[in-house]
Amino acid sequence: MGRILKSYEYEPGKIFRGYTGKSLYINVGDLRIEEKEVTQLMKDKFIGGKGFDLYYLWKAVKPETQWNDPENEIVMSCGPLGGITQYSGTGKTLVAAISPMTDIPVDSNAGGYFGPLLKFSGWDALELQGKAEQEIVVFIDGNKGLIQIETAEGLAEDSHILAEELTRKYAEDEKDMVNVSVVSAGSAARHILYGMLNFSFYDPRRKTVRFKQAARGGLGTILLDKKIKALVVRFKGINPNLNDVADIGLINKIGVKYHKEMRDLDEKQNGMRKIGTANTILVMNKYDLLPTRNFQTGGDPEAVKISPQVFIENFLTQGIHDGCWYGCTMSCAKTADHFKLLTGPYKGECVTVDGPEYECVAGLGSNLGVFDPQAILEENFYCDTYGIDLISFATCIAFIMECYQRGQISQEDMGGLDLRFGNHEAVLELMHQMSRGEGFGPMAGLGIRKLKKVFAEKFGADPQLLQDIGMESKGLEYSEYCHKESLAQQGGFALTNKGPQHDEAWLIFMDMVNNQIPSFEEKAEALHYYPMFRTWFGLMGLCKLPWNDIVPADNHLTDIPARVPEHVQNYVDIFNGVTGMQIDKAELIRQSERVYNFQRVFNLRMGSGLRQHDKPPYRSMGPVSREEYESRQDLYDKQLREKQGLDPEKMDLDEKIAVTRKYREQQFELLTDAVYKRRGWTKQGVPTLEHLAELGMDLPEVVEVVKQYL
Amino acid sequence: MIIVNTQEHPWHEGMTVQVLLDEKGYIFRHIIVRVNGEYVAEEDWARRMIRDGDDVVVLHLTAGG
Repeated sequence: MGRILKSYEYEPGKIFRGYTGKSLYINVGDLRIEEKEVTQLMKDKFIGGKGFDLYYLWKAVKPETQWNDPENEIVMSCGPLGGITQYSGTGKTLVAAISPMTDIPVDSNAGGYFGPLLKFSGWDALELQGKAEQEIVVFIDGNKGLIQIETAEGLAEDSHILAEELTRKYAEDEKDMVNVSVVSAGSAARHILYGMLNFSFYDPRRKTVRFKQAARGGLGTILLDKKIKALVVRFKGINPNLNDVADIGLINKIGVKYHKEMRDLDEKQNGMRKIGTANTILVMNKYDLLPTRNFQTGGDPEAVKISPQVFIENFLTQGIHDGCWYGCTMSCAKTADHFKLLTGPYKGECVTVDGPEYECVAGLGSNLGVFDPQAILEENFYCDTYGIDLISFATCIAFIMECYQRGQISQEDMGGLDLRFGNHEAVLELMHQMSRGEGFGPMAGLGIRKLKKVFAEKFGADPQLLQDIGMESKGLEYSEYCHKESLAQQGGFALTNKGPQHDEAWLIFMDMVNNQIPSFEEKAEALHYYPMFRTWFGLMGLCKLPWNDIVPADNHLTDIPARVPEHVQNYVDIFNGVTGMQIDKAELIRQSERVYNFQRVFNLRMGSGLRQHDKPPYRSMGPVSREEYESRQDLYDKQLREKQGLDPEKMDLDEKIAVTRKYREQQFELLTDAVYKRRGWTKQGVPTLEHLAELGMDLPEVVEVVKQYL
Repeated sequence: MIIVNTQEHPWHEGMTVQVLLDEKGYIFRHIIVRVNGEYVAEEDWARRMIRDGDDVVVLHLTAGG
């Protein structure tokens, strides 16, 4: 049992129309616990969720703050719509901090029960600041109105055991385990920079603790740097109107309609209830989008070995409700139960693996040249329990593998690991090294940006090649889509606030396949609308998937089917039904724009956020190597003829690669100009004062930062 | 020749919507097809003939995430 270092009693804030009106501040360094008022300005300008996170983070840090300084905060909030149970995907927790990967604010989100239970315990947001003297657990009991900071001795390191221990410890009995949620990292997060956060929920059907992850940007690394072993919240008494909404009838009605769509259409559309997001593996492979061997190509004949059907028939439990929050009929959080591990400290044990999601199969599978579903699931499990951001790991190891295979680094440089594409035994051993803090593990855990420097300075690798093939921007690794042929998606990854994650915009079909947005202006409009729309989910505590992974049967009759207008209206109505406000679709976008521009200015304040920071590596834009060009020679030659008026027959391969590169890099610059203009930014990517004033975000501290760049 | 998503595509006798989708490799399940602006329901793809010169839109609804 942990020793109690601090105990604090509070009167839980009464929730009214989605807000409790209070946030919780905990300084784990001096054990200070304070309650803060959630002001009207916060609600008006920042709404909640990621908006509240950024608001508090801005106040906590200085421009020179580093990720491991005590003043850096981890801030969490679930937003005003978070926790309603009538609609799918309403249990997200948004987390933000200054990232060890990027040195700017990162935001990441997770399902699981923590955020809603935190709100129902009385808190619209939680700030964690300082560094503890010894490892601690922070426990919040929302029924008793009690916060305890306890020592963490004797607790397990890895999340699948730790969360089970803590869930049992803080639940009053077996039935109460569903009322407890744990946030934890894992053993590897001590030794790498891209450690992630696991958010638990107890699954009474499987009688096990399960996880969703706020994975991007090193949040788990920060948690452990603060010596916080885990956060635990307990709240008993979930009911359909804990948010005390303005119009429960409206919300019920929208929910019933949506659930009917899900029941009737999911089987015909994406099959989310069978396989979750991994339903698209073969689709991505067919459309040349499945990243293979460090994004060199967009598919491989072996992809059939890791198809959705392989996982469904051989690994994934079917027919059980799999939502990661109450009321989610999309139910896409699949598991491989009774999965026997073949390596590592838990070798021989049967475990439940949460997943695989698309990013897992593409990242830990094809992008590493691994086409073995057993190996992918084992990698999935160990990433989760060790607290490793799966996307950064996969993209980083793919980079290392290519460096190795191109002779830029040697086996000796990697401590003897034979990290060639396809060698999943070496990949798993590297994960175990990360967990133990041994061998090549900690170095590989630095992430691509820092590795480029190490490989060049220490091992004599070619800096230009490393720059071209290292799939990172702003210091964050790309998520798992081979998007060279979609200029809009090149912007969708590079022209983002936190770095290349697909949660701002996924425009590949719209751009590359449908040819719906051929001009720069049309691409820019898409790179305005979709990032703003998807930011809104982060303000509210909502999951993106129910928006467009299922659509109404008559969606094709609407003016812009890609936007799924009926579902957008659902969100407007739910917001109004919860808060009692009266927004429309235009105001929905405005709400996001305020926070999006604030985050851009936050980047400026931290020394980033300019055009020079929005550059992609060339691998994102086009073929770096001769083999890449040759793999799609017909397409590239055709583009030379049609787009540049050149005759490829009169050019050698190196010339063709060079002129293709020059053209594509110019295209990206023109796209950047158009996007900045549409977003109301200068050519250097700085929000103009006029635009900020128009949005109502010309707050004095914001203007003060912006003025330095105008 | 026909137009598919603003690009030229060779036409041949006996081309149905389904044949065209197969030729293009459009296997995504979440798509909308319009021929000369007219919506073609999925149950009609196998029998709806495409004529030389038709303008076909195959709209893939956004995925990813």
